[in-house]
Amino acid sequence: MDVAKLVALGLITLIAAYASDQGLDAAFRVHGFIVFVVAAGLFIGVLRRFGEPKPAAVISDYNDGPVRAGVIATAFWGIAGLAVGVLIAFQLAFPVLNFEWAQPYGNFGRLRPLHTSAVIFAFGGNALIASSIYIVQRTSRTRLFGGNLVWFVFWGYQLFIVLAATGYLLGATQSKEYAEPEWYVDIWLTVVWVAYLVIFLGTIITRKERHIYVANWFFLAFIVTVAMLHIVNNLTIPVSIWGSKSVQLFSGVQDAMTQWWYGHNAVGFFLTAGFLGMMYYYVPKQANRPVYSYKLSIVHFWALIFLYIWAGPHHLHYTALPDWASTLGMVFSIILWMPSWAGMMNGLMTLNGSWDKIRTDPIIRFLVASLAFYGMSTFEGPMMSIRAVNSLSHYTDWTVGHVHSGALGWNGMIIFAMIYFLTPRLWNRGSMYSTAAMNWHFWLAMIGIVLYAASMWVSGIMEGLMWREVDDQGFLVNSFADTVSAKFPMYVVRGVGGVLYLGGACIMIWNMWKTIRGHAPVTQPVSQMTAPAE
Amino acid sequence: MDEPRVDDLTGRPTMGHEFDGIEELNTPMPRWWLWTFYLTIIWGIGYTIAFPAWPMISGATKGLLGYSTRGEVSADIAAHEASNAALVADLNAVDLTEFDPQSDLHRYAVARGASVFRAQCSQCHGSGAAGAVGYPNLLDNDWLWGGSLDEIAYSVRHGIRNETDFDAHYSEMPAFGDILAREEIETLVNFLPSLAHADWDSAGGVLFADNCASCHGARGLGDRSLGAPNLADAIWLYGGDRESLRMTLINARFGVMPAWGQRLTEEDVRAVSTYVHSLGGGE
Repeated sequence: MDVAKLVALGLITLIAAYASDQGLDAAFRVHGFIVFVVAAGLFIGVLRRFGEPKPAAVISDYNDGPVRAGVIATAFWGIAGLAVGVLIAFQLAFPVLNFEWAQPYGNFGRLRPLHTSAVIFAFGGNALIASSIYIVQRTSRTRLFGGNLVWFVFWGYQLFIVLAATGYLLGATQSKEYAEPEWYVDIWLTVVWVAYLVIFLGTIITRKERHIYVANWFFLAFIVTVAMLHIVNNLTIPVSIWGSKSVQLFSGVQDAMTQWWYGHNAVGFFLTAGFLGMMYYYVPKQANRPVYSYKLSIVHFWALIFLYIWAGPHHLHYTALPDWASTLGMVFSIILWMPSWAGMMNGLMTLNGSWDKIRTDPIIRFLVASLAFYGMSTFEGPMMSIRAVNSLSHYTDWTVGHVHSGALGWNGMIIFAMIYFLTPRLWNRGSMYSTAAMNWHFWLAMIGIVLYAASMWVSGIMEGLMWREVDDQGFLVNSFADTVSAKFPMYVVRGVGGVLYLGGACIMIWNMWKTIRGHAPVTQPVSQMTAPAE
Repeated sequence: MDEPRVDDLTGRPTMGHEFDGIEELNTPMPRWWLWTFYLTIIWGIGYTIAFPAWPMISGATKGLLGYSTRGEVSADIAAHEASNAALVADLNAVDLTEFDPQSDLHRYAVARGASVFRAQCSQCHGSGAAGAVGYPNLLDNDWLWGGSLDEIAYSVRHGIRNETDFDAHYSEMPAFGDILAREEIETLVNFLPSLAHADWDSAGGVLFADNCASCHGARGLGDRSLGAPNLADAIWLYGGDRESLRMTLINARFGVMPAWGQRLTEEDVRAVSTYVHSLGGGE
């Protein structure tokens, strides 16, 4: 086994060394170097421990090491992603922040995908992986399947993030929104993702509960569908295997349709299905109440999974996409409204009997805010998919506001709840170090989201109206530059909202640090498997 | 534990499963939720019958209403074109040298031209037509190639120094970096800003007369037939500071404008020329 590892790592080290010297573009050479350093380090590590007896695996406990690492990675990438978001928000308000000395790396065009990928895939993705492996073990009452494979998933995923992020800065991109990483980074992510599927599915198969808990249905749907979306949308032919550039297999409107089939379901399965899995564990657990309705969870699970996949064309209204596809995208989006709301209802109604906790328990408050924003954006989304509404909202800041009320509100708030839920448990503390700091975080985040969403609604509707404004004879009233300058105050407000949200997250980092470093009392370890409740 | 128990608070039975302490209630789906869900499905079926929706073997269903997004926008455009048809015909027939600024047709041309300008011209000349470095200000009366409506229309129609229109305005300033010594260029750089009250017998004046006057005129007042700018006013297309003047003298400039006659309709060329002429500097 060790010999096979050494041979594989040695080969990768040599190929990466060659790529770092002979790559056709800067991104490929830098990536070659990163892979070279990682593979060489692992090679030396394996060599040093060659022939040593392996410590017998502990199988009586839950495997929580990767969850701890995942919680820290989530917090780290969260701060990074939010900070870049604040920077690019102010770049839009004050273009001088595209500093001359930082070109081309610090340009808005390169930082923007860095921000979106950092918050969705690094912040959100790490939260999903950490939550799913924590939850699947407990709700299946069994240790995570696959031994150390989970560490490959964790570190492999971090390597994917680093390769993607450095690639954007160095100009390697497929120019597909949320699918910017180039072909070799995509292949690496596919390998990591299949390993993730193996450990998750393996754990479910070896479960000691008779049924599969609803959270795990959602996680499984998320993992399987994201794999399918990722592979199909990234079908490309590399120009050279020693360069980062590749050519898309599809072209024209087929490519656009594939991209938004992917893009919309990145929202639907990554940011919705996976996060509903988190919701179905943290809400009943923290409220200490039964889930409101099992029937509702079954019906809305299948409805959501079935309907989401068809809704992508609403991103391409009034384009080269045929009208029939655009109609279907819109109709499926609207039918999706109720199944989406069922997730919110099942979360909020679970709080029946413990609504008082919203005053006293900041985690419950984060969860309730998260569900409220989920409900709001899943009403707004179907509304914006209506062709007539879309003709006003498309390409405007309204879309940006919609995405952020979902991302900052629904995804961000539930991730903060997750971090506050898991940190004391994973490090065996009684509670977070400071409840006051959690309250500060909550209110800073809330005000931040309100400033962000409200300014983008105003800005988006204003620019949409200005674009389409014509006089009595049908002539355009505003030039594009007029609409840009009119948005300036809203851009500043948006940036301030981002600063508040980032400030709240920084308070959370401090609170985590204090908690983990042991300023709160030690409690019973959580990683012990409870006896079945016969 | 597989036996359902009754939740005290809600009176609902649980499903009898428990996952890490989490139970699930056997609550029926809320009626309003279910009916709204059914309603959206029924609406969806109706909508897909009314509008183009279902893909078939060749083509897709057209929908009972005969709607298409392209049809909708074409109808909008056709309606406006029909209501403007008479004015467009008049605009294409009017003699631009005798266009009465008090006429309704002139007002129409300005409104139409403003719209063309916002969409096509503002990228370089600014949405307020105030120009930018390298792109002339169209609000003042400093014209490179002439400021009468007819002359403006020629510039718009054929453009300047482009390679697509044989009739485009064309002239080329030499790059004096290859012609004059650096000291001579410095002398001119120092001489040019004070052209309006210059000492024409100075070294700069002599250099100007030998190298610049043939195009820009003996006193630097420019020549519109060559597109040679007036150098005696305070308006500098590429900047009047010493560094900019030095760059202009050494490398020369070569401002290009597309031939809009190849891109716009005749009425749009006429309208946008009328609009620019009406901005304040028209002659």
